[in-house]
Amino acid sequence: MAANLRNQNQLLSKMAIGDGHGENSSYFDGWKAYDKYPYHPEERPDGVIQMGLAENQLCFDLIQDWLMKNPKASICTPDGVLNFKDTAIFQDYHGLPEFREAIAKFMGKVRGDRVKFDPDRIVMSGGATGAQETIAFCLADPGDAFLVPTPYYPGFDRDLTWRTGVQLVPVACASSNNFKITKSALEAAYGKAQEGNIRVKGLLITNPSNPLGTILDRETLKAIVSFINEKNIHLVCDEIYAATVSTNQHNFVSVSEVIEEDTECNRDLIHIVYSLSKDMGLPGFRVGIVYSYNDAVVNCARKMSSFGLVSSQTQHLIAAMLSDDEFVDRFIAKSKERLDKRRKYFTEELKQVKIDCLNGNAGLFVWMDLRRLLKDQSFEAEMELWKVIINKIKLNVSPGSSFRCSEPGWFRVCIANMDDSTMEVALSRIADLRQNKDQNTEVKMPARKLCRQSSLKLSLPRGKVEDFMSPINMSPHTPIPQSPLVRART
Amino acid sequence: MAVKNRKQQLLSGIATNDGHGENSPYFHGWDAYERNRFHPTQNPNGVIQMGLAENQLCFDLMEKWIKENPKAICTPEGVNEFKGIALFDDYHGLMGFREAVAKFMGKVRGNRVTFDPERIVMSGGATGANETIMFCLADPGDAFLVPSPYDPGFDRDLGWRTRAQIVPVNCSSSNDFRLTRAAVQEAYEKALESNINVKGLLLTNPSNPLGTTLERETLKALVTFVNEKNIHLVCDEIYSATTFTPSRFVSVAEVMQEVEHCNPDLIHIIYSLSKDLGLPGFRVGIVYSYNDAVVSCARKMSSFGLVSSQSQHFLAALLSDEEFIDNFLSESSKRLENRYRFLTEGLEKVGVSYVESDAGLFFWMDLRPLLMKQTFDAELELWRVIVDDVKLNISPGYSFHVSEPGWFRVCFANMDNETVEVALNRIQEFVQTRNGTTEASP
Repeated sequence: MAANLRNQNQLLSKMAIGDGHGENSSYFDGWKAYDKYPYHPEERPDGVIQMGLAENQLCFDLIQDWLMKNPKASICTPDGVLNFKDTAIFQDYHGLPEFREAIAKFMGKVRGDRVKFDPDRIVMSGGATGAQETIAFCLADPGDAFLVPTPYYPGFDRDLTWRTGVQLVPVACASSNNFKITKSALEAAYGKAQEGNIRVKGLLITNPSNPLGTILDRETLKAIVSFINEKNIHLVCDEIYAATVSTNQHNFVSVSEVIEEDTECNRDLIHIVYSLSKDMGLPGFRVGIVYSYNDAVVNCARKMSSFGLVSSQTQHLIAAMLSDDEFVDRFIAKSKERLDKRRKYFTEELKQVKIDCLNGNAGLFVWMDLRRLLKDQSFEAEMELWKVIINKIKLNVSPGSSFRCSEPGWFRVCIANMDDSTMEVALSRIADLRQNKDQNTEVKMPARKLCRQSSLKLSLPRGKVEDFMSPINMSPHTPIPQSPLVRART
Repeated sequence: MAVKNRKQQLLSGIATNDGHGENSPYFHGWDAYERNRFHPTQNPNGVIQMGLAENQLCFDLMEKWIKENPKAICTPEGVNEFKGIALFDDYHGLMGFREAVAKFMGKVRGNRVTFDPERIVMSGGATGANETIMFCLADPGDAFLVPSPYDPGFDRDLGWRTRAQIVPVNCSSSNDFRLTRAAVQEAYEKALESNINVKGLLLTNPSNPLGTTLERETLKALVTFVNEKNIHLVCDEIYSATTFTPSRFVSVAEVMQEVEHCNPDLIHIIYSLSKDLGLPGFRVGIVYSYNDAVVSCARKMSSFGLVSSQSQHFLAALLSDEEFIDNFLSESSKRLENRYRFLTEGLEKVGVSYVESDAGLFFWMDLRPLLMKQTFDAELELWRVIVDDVKLNISPGYSFHVSEPGWFRVCFANMDNETVEVALNRIQEFVQTRNGTTEASP
């Protein structure tokens, strides 16, 4: 056995043997509980409800209705089969022109047609996963770093660093100012990297944010654009949740709009990652997009797209669907409406049981504040609470530590991947959680024992645990001085 | 200039080197075709594309099946599955898809071996599969032995982002470019002497560009060789169903069972539906490894290039129809062989020789007698004449890293019968003119 292992270690690449795929993170552990015993209203009413998957399941009726009215969109219908051959042999990495045009138009519509996108800059990739990796391969050499504000999507470690050799440097964001990205935090992270002789090649922001469900205000985005121009580093904006923003409050501001106003900005530094997985709810179709304002990056990413092109069958379908202006307008509006309704309902109901969420108007999830339910303000306590939520309350939510959040007690709860009745069940279970916590006398357990009891693999934020633990219970309303360049948002 | 350098520094080394391989003549010829495409009636003097290894001979069969089997998720019959499929992004892939692909791979090998659906891992086409297998097996700087001539895309697939290197094993016309264990051994030892860390051997069987298949004894010898050296054997079998006589194709999956003490951890197959089924647009690449750790790693990496669930669903249905598949495979082989014979017999009539082959969507043509000099420059010159004057985009051997000039790959499965006749006439006329003969072609 040992010999076999040793042999494997010599046989395989370092990449294959290492942990760079990131699957030993707690983010993925919770899914195992769900996989073992998933909720079903009739068959397994006491099963685990999946609230860890950021999927958009609210508008399939609209898509299915459209499909029935547009049989030519598929090359496998009698109406569409005359396109089968040409589509099946089409492997040009430029992509079908009508596909690129439709995507460019869709991206514009999602931004209220405040900007236009150039179909010739639309480059395909294997989902947003592939897009992120491709961008990293184009912009950074092994050892180079990207700054990434925390909390961030756990998949970034795999997407940006696993096969590329690039590293991520976290930019800490705090609850005291609603996890906003501040210029001082950016400067601090950048400076620290420099001191460590790490070459920073860029900053990656996710806007709307996963897991926060918030959008960046225009001033913050402008400040970020200034920052990267100053340092001559890249700005990669992951805008895959762009169409999930409620329209009734504040509009989504894309980096594409900000650079229109900023004549000083070096466009060679600006890149957008997009996908249809979240906005349209089609993750299975693997539609990832790299959109760069840098011609050389477009060129390089396009060559790399051979490793993850979108199936021409899917390009054909999406081209037809997204060229239908009426359908697209209706879809975007309805989707926002339903998400907004779901979000509002969920957060209101949580307020009734005295659970707060970060005030957000985007994403397919809410960022829930369970700090008051922690035994103490530690990540071990967060893990304890999380185990209770999965095993006793039977909800798969995602602990903040898996997003490298710098403070314990926050959980991402996905709300768009279930029907209304399942939502009600989930809400009643969360109410139970709150009740249990109020009723139980809290037994303070020694920290060491907590560690040993934790059987789940814990992915703690990088750096020393003590840096992130606060002995004081922080209220969300504790005031903190604001940087003059970043305006607070309610 | 300074501005350009500053711009270049913004990007990675990978983005600014030539590792993508697109500055090879292989790709330049396509420009001529793009600018002036042949059409039997609309542009009869255009360039005929003979540089693209596509299988277009059996779409009629597929289109018939589609009309008779409305199951796709966009049909009224299939739409109730739309949501489930559209949401499915599990990197294990649809079970039905994996089972269907495993069964298909078995059929292609005459059911002499069976494939395990649990070892079927997706990738972004064979392009993605080749890159993935290298990421799993080789560290930057490590090398794989690759018999030449080989697919120009390998430079990009195997070496660009992986930073692995290719050490060619040169095959020569003296024995019809057949690969021998001795040649591999020699290349291996030479590499070691130069302190190159060889991690494996990559074979393409059936061969691109030769169209030949490996004999059982040779394959056994090579499996034995890799076991002796404890290095990997990656077999790119993407043309496996293009063999004219399916019973004659010997897969590494069969041979490994015949070699005593073969370590399965060393054996990996690259597959795809692009050539065998003629569906390159659907990007169906497969990594099939007998090494559990490689299956696991490749599967995690497949997130970067999963097959669209829409396509997985369609193909699961198509490939599960045994009657259709059996008929398709036999028709396809027949039609490919007919094409091959038509062209090669036509060439023989004007004294052009070629490497006799029994598979593939192309053959390897010998135009050495037409070269001004036996140099690659002369080959390139001859090639430009063929593209610009004869108006055929065939691929010069140079782009396949062949060690001797004068050889050209000619693709024949990507056009209709009428176009093939025009193409043959053009070659025959050209050869006769170049040779100075005035005999009319029969």
